Amino acid sequence: MVRRIIALMIKEFLALFTDKKSRMVVIVPPVVQLIIFGYAASFNLDHVPYAVYNEDSGRASREFLAKIQGSPNFSLKTVIRSDTEIGPLIDTQKVRVVVHVASKFSENLLHNRPAEVQIIVDGRNSNTAMVVLNYLNSIVTDFNQQWAILHGHSPPPARLYVRSWFNTALDSHWFIIPGIVALLTLVVTMLVTALSVAREREAGTFDQLLVTPMRPLEILIAKALPGFIIGTLEATFIILVVVFWFHVPMRGSVPALYLGLFTFLLSAVGTGLMISSIAVTQQQGLLGAFLFLVPTIILSGFATPIANMPPMVQYLTYINPMRYFLIIVRSVFLEGASFDLLWTQYWPMAIMGIVALATAGWLFRRRMY
Amino acid sequence: MKVPQKRGVRKGINIMRLKGLIRKESYQIVRDPSSIAIAFVLPMILLFLFGYGVSLDAKYVPIAIVVEHQSNETSDFLAGFRQSRYFVPVIVTDIQTAEQAMIERRVDGIVWLREDFGKKILNTGDAPIGVFVNGVDANRARILEGYVRGVWGKWLERTSIESGRPLHIPVKVKERIWFNAEMRSRNFLVPGLIAVIMTLIGALLTAMVVAREWERGTMEALMVTPVQVREIILGKIIPYFIMGMGGMTLSVIMATWFFNVPLRGSLWVLFAGSSLFLITALSMGLLISVVAKSQFVAGQVAIIVTFLPAFILSGFIFDISSMPAIIQTLTHVIAARYFVSMLQTVFLAGDVWPIIIYDGLALTAMALIFLMIVKKRMKKRL
Repeated sequence: MVRRIIALMIKEFLALFTDKKSRMVVIVPPVVQLIIFGYAASFNLDHVPYAVYNEDSGRASREFLAKIQGSPNFSLKTVIRSDTEIGPLIDTQKVRVVVHVASKFSENLLHNRPAEVQIIVDGRNSNTAMVVLNYLNSIVTDFNQQWAILHGHSPPPARLYVRSWFNTALDSHWFIIPGIVALLTLVVTMLVTALSVAREREAGTFDQLLVTPMRPLEILIAKALPGFIIGTLEATFIILVVVFWFHVPMRGSVPALYLGLFTFLLSAVGTGLMISSIAVTQQQGLLGAFLFLVPTIILSGFATPIANMPPMVQYLTYINPMRYFLIIVRSVFLEGASFDLLWTQYWPMAIMGIVALATAGWLFRRRMY
Repeated sequence: MKVPQKRGVRKGINIMRLKGLIRKESYQIVRDPSSIAIAFVLPMILLFLFGYGVSLDAKYVPIAIVVEHQSNETSDFLAGFRQSRYFVPVIVTDIQTAEQAMIERRVDGIVWLREDFGKKILNTGDAPIGVFVNGVDANRARILEGYVRGVWGKWLERTSIESGRPLHIPVKVKERIWFNAEMRSRNFLVPGLIAVIMTLIGALLTAMVVAREWERGTMEALMVTPVQVREIILGKIIPYFIMGMGGMTLSVIMATWFFNVPLRGSLWVLFAGSSLFLITALSMGLLISVVAKSQFVAGQVAIIVTFLPAFILSGFIFDISSMPAIIQTLTHVIAARYFVSMLQTVFLAGDVWPIIIYDGLALTAMALIFLMIVKKRMKKRL
């Protein structure tokens, strides 16, 4: 039995790797995408282009504006002299923010009257706008505190001391990059499995396979193993790059991560083979793969938090294997989690995997054309 | 001698042949209902699901508030959290419980009011409030921090009025958010989602079409007829273009009616921009299938080059101008980038011509390049 499985598995690998194009597709893009996405995917904002419109001639306003200019988050694009210039600048996205210092700013400040700064933000991307406002607000808070100390104002009744756990610098790369482990592993396993049965169905070789002495279980194992092996190897490679190239800290237990990877692969390979055995043509297989991949990735919490979704959609994500694996990856990397905190994440993926694999195996014989 | 004559014949497009090709392709579409499903049903389901599911607005964030010693001051401070729709506060009495809750991911943040909070406020002021946020999701953590600052600021103003002690805030910020005053993330995410979904549809519709014909040998049969390459290309693109525009129209209707995204630009600009993009997406699909020549490889390539780049590198969710310079340059080859920018502008800002013209020209250039390569690659095998 083992010999037969190995023989079929070798054939599966040959089918994948003898075609040069297919070989390239499985190996090169994940590596390239890992590097590109690792740098690209982030909610951090650097060098946000902004314009200054200063109607005040005093020293205080210049000191205030110097604070913004000194921040690495902002880069001064232009200085404007009238209201009418604001519109075109923001409309065309040449700048994202205009900082408008009203006249008498310095005078008001010195006389303890509220000095007003107007901040005009491009709200087309509301998240960017929110982050930009947060950056600016914290610059203003710092400025206010210094001003209060310098000018002997009494302190406010209470003050906030904010600290963030697990990611002190609040670098959102640390959130996204471990997520890429899940993202690319899923895509690669789908590439390997989703068309494997459909292609043989279309070519008619699957019927030949079914009349050999091989049992469906053996076919299933032989079809699933390449996905497992390739998935594990690529995931390992990605994890190494994440740790040694992107320097995301690995604080938790590696076995806990790999148990997660194993259950995740089980569910991904299972779903891929299930899609492949439902499909009669490769076109349908591709459609199925897309129909599975796209919602799985977008509703996984990879980029937008599951907690922000309405309850109905949140319930739906419980059948999304990537949801669980993302929690595992991020907890192990950043929170230093071990098995005890994660066991609730393992079993749903394992169940999904077993159900999907069983369905695929069952479909091998039922669905014959 | 014969060459110039032959060239003369080859110029132009024979309408009758083209019609025949379109009819053949249309029959193929109608007989395999999966492409109709791709064009019409798929965008609606995906947009419906993602329009609801994808959001960056954090609301009802569970947060632990540690009150070590209850007093009037602490309950005053807590009122701000209770009234805010951004928080679901859980009151605990010691920091260990709160930390345990954060480790188990039951709360996303901790606000810590120490035993002497009330006393310090009354006497010296400057009472420390510890705020811990779970930084794993840095973006959410930063938004959360902003919310806490907002509650704190309001509380400062309230207590200053109540106690009669003037509150000195040297610099006051007045925020004005253009195009999206209520900061709904859905307003920019839904147009972006339309771009991502249409990228998928465009590629799915055509990616395997030509590859299938190569695999089945029907392409060679087509090649020996007088039909020209450009007629074959047009015959492939036109039917799928019409279907894709149908899907696009449905998406726009859903965005404005269902998700209440404002449409501030003109409809015809939206229509023209979408046509350009769809032609680009379809020609990219054709290119994939011409280069791959087998459905297996075409399918794999389509998965890799369409969805993930459109998702991550298009500016749909991650801001392009904050990416490293090399990656920013790289995003210029992603067609979805231009479409995302155009859609976000036309929906939220209106007809901003410099942006629309730039994006339109870029899409046209991409479509032309793709089609030229397709034509060249197909001719080689004649």
